[in-house]
Amino acid sequence: MVASHSLSRRKALKLGAAAAALPLVHVRAAGAAGKVSIGFWDHWVPGANDAMRKQVAAWSDKTKVDVQTDFITSNGNKILLTAAAEAQARTGHDVLALYAWTALNYADSLEPIDDVMKRLAGEFGPTNPVCEYLGKRKDHWIAVPSSSGAQMKGPCGRISVLREKAGIDVTEMYPAKEGGSPTADNWTYDTMLKAAEACQKANMAFGLGLGQTTDSVDWAGAMFRAFGAALVGGEGDIKVKSDEVRQVLEYAQKLVKWLPADAASYDDASNNRALISGKSALIFNPPSAWAVAKRDNPSVAADCWTFPAPAGPKGRFTPYLPFFWGVWNFSPNKEAAKDLIAYLSERKQVEERCVATSGYDIPPFGSMLDFKVWEEVEPPKGTVYNYPIRPWHKTQPSIAASEAPPEIAVQIYNRGTMPTMVAKLQSGQSIDEVIAWAQEELEGFVR
Amino acid sequence: MADGATIAGRVRRTPSVSTRGALRRWLGRKSSVGFLMCLPLIVLVAALVVYPALYAIYLSMLNKKMTHFVGLSNYAFLLRRNTFQLVVFQSCFFAVSAVILKATIGFILAHLLHNISGGNQRILRGMLLTPWVIPLSLSTLGWWWLFDPSYSAFNWVLNAFGFASVPWLGERWIARLCVIAVNVWYGTPFFMIMYLAALKSVPEQLYEAATIDGANAMQKLIFVTLPMMRNIIAITVLFSLIVTFADFDIVRILTAGGPQDMTHIFATYAFAVGLQSGDIPLGASVSLFMLPILAICAYFVLRGVTRRAKEMAA
Repeated sequence: MVASHSLSRRKALKLGAAAAALPLVHVRAAGAAGKVSIGFWDHWVPGANDAMRKQVAAWSDKTKVDVQTDFITSNGNKILLTAAAEAQARTGHDVLALYAWTALNYADSLEPIDDVMKRLAGEFGPTNPVCEYLGKRKDHWIAVPSSSGAQMKGPCGRISVLREKAGIDVTEMYPAKEGGSPTADNWTYDTMLKAAEACQKANMAFGLGLGQTTDSVDWAGAMFRAFGAALVGGEGDIKVKSDEVRQVLEYAQKLVKWLPADAASYDDASNNRALISGKSALIFNPPSAWAVAKRDNPSVAADCWTFPAPAGPKGRFTPYLPFFWGVWNFSPNKEAAKDLIAYLSERKQVEERCVATSGYDIPPFGSMLDFKVWEEVEPPKGTVYNYPIRPWHKTQPSIAASEAPPEIAVQIYNRGTMPTMVAKLQSGQSIDEVIAWAQEELEGFVR
Repeated sequence: MADGATIAGRVRRTPSVSTRGALRRWLGRKSSVGFLMCLPLIVLVAALVVYPALYAIYLSMLNKKMTHFVGLSNYAFLLRRNTFQLVVFQSCFFAVSAVILKATIGFILAHLLHNISGGNQRILRGMLLTPWVIPLSLSTLGWWWLFDPSYSAFNWVLNAFGFASVPWLGERWIARLCVIAVNVWYGTPFFMIMYLAALKSVPEQLYEAATIDGANAMQKLIFVTLPMMRNIIAITVLFSLIVTFADFDIVRILTAGGPQDMTHIFATYAFAVGLQSGDIPLGASVSLFMLPILAICAYFVLRGVTRRAKEMAA
């Protein structure tokens, strides 16, 4: 009774306002050396954001800089819209997570960050070539490659189904041990074609999407690259009428017969659902599908194995989607922002977050690809051992269309030109029709 | 001293008194009060509609890097692109067919409801309004699950009866029809409620007079109901046409413009070109493309409405 009397309406309003403001203003108490706001990518993996929060708090305590952290989802392209709005309004966070092509799209609004990269490269060695391609402009780093959200998108296959229906033992081909196996050389696109046919006939079609979202673009891009089929060359020259493009389309024409009839309508969740529901023998995806299966369909998860992409005539390329942290050039506290990024990019912090995400986050520095977490995660033990690129995999990370200059490649990537070409084959169009369509489309991109 | 001070005070106050008087007179006018009451809305519209619209026009006339003015060349470039021509066709097909279907079904439903009396009408009216009151993105997600590649509920039913699965969102014409169907499902209640309100306002005496003249049901519909509803039909069709042309949520959630760009409409294509591919001026040009055509449509429709309103008043 006493308590109810002492809580006046005015006090209740004040409490309400304070409670409402709490999640919005997540400010550290340190407070003496300025303030930095950072927009992180809202991680799929539960617990990943907490690990990041702890690291930011530790840095804040050490440097006495207040930090405001926001976790921005990529659902509905919200993080992309945030970047566009902040670049246009020239206000917002000091640091923002930028994935794939976003850093290059807003390069003019980003602070050069060579000093941080020099420090990190000196300590941890070089980053992979995809990070260099997407994080640099005119030989200057415009954003720091981050492990948070960065992912390989190699195949994640069902061990038993591939063994029984297609005669492929993926655990033997890519064992969870150093040195790998010589049988990995047999993992080619021709082998994949035969396996796709066998699995489709067993009602376990490969869940390879032909939509225009990143999962579809990434696997199709790696396939084109493995055949040496660049749509646009380094000088912005359209090369779609090459023998290599025809060769990859001839291959794709055979493959699409064994893909789901509605592959053209796949988005980034459709392939995950196909695997998790037990309807598909193989998808190209980071271990998020496996992680969800572990919760929702454990028997499927215990039967999953992640490994590199097949090899084509011009090599083996595994799809890779990098994330970056960029500092806006209108940020009022650039030095503190850079210091925070450098701290979060150190090996100890990267490994902590990698463990918190069950190995999902791929570090951009080659020297960090030896974390124990990829050996330990289960079931089955070693399921993601081959998720990061190992030296004996004989594969390179790849992002679709990266043979082209970035301002053209971003359009090829985001408009899903490559999977759309394959989807047109699936809908019955001839190779010549598809090439003619792509030529017209690309002419628009190189304007 | 006292007098002097008073006189001085009066002299100094004279202009403010006259200003106050003028202000009082201005406030006394009905039109001024109306203006003041509308002012918050005018400011809101100016800030959230007029300014962004003018800024979008400005953006659409810049080059890709937004460094210099290029006039109408972004529009000229778009017109030469096959994909954009496809987007124009799809937007028109989507908007026109969806509006025709919504208007027709809404008209039929309004008539059926009009002829149901009492509490039953209220219950049915509430039920039929449901699609319109559910947030569009949520209901579209529901539809997307029904059409989903792996878990389509429709396919589950088809399979249960021995029929093959249908690639609802994977084949271009089926996907286009699915998108239109969801838009019709969502938008029909708006037409229904507007037409129902219009039907209730038609004087009963007109029908009685028509009955005495020997008119049958169809003749009453054509010669009484439709002329009396012309204004509301014109305004609802215009309003819906504009909103449907600008639709984004349904296509974005159901197909994201796919398969093979076959369901892209202006808003989703503008998003893909402008924000996803980093060409904001071209994206702005796409989104503004229909503005002149819709503005002309709006002008003629509203002129017709005003003319008819004047005729009825006279």
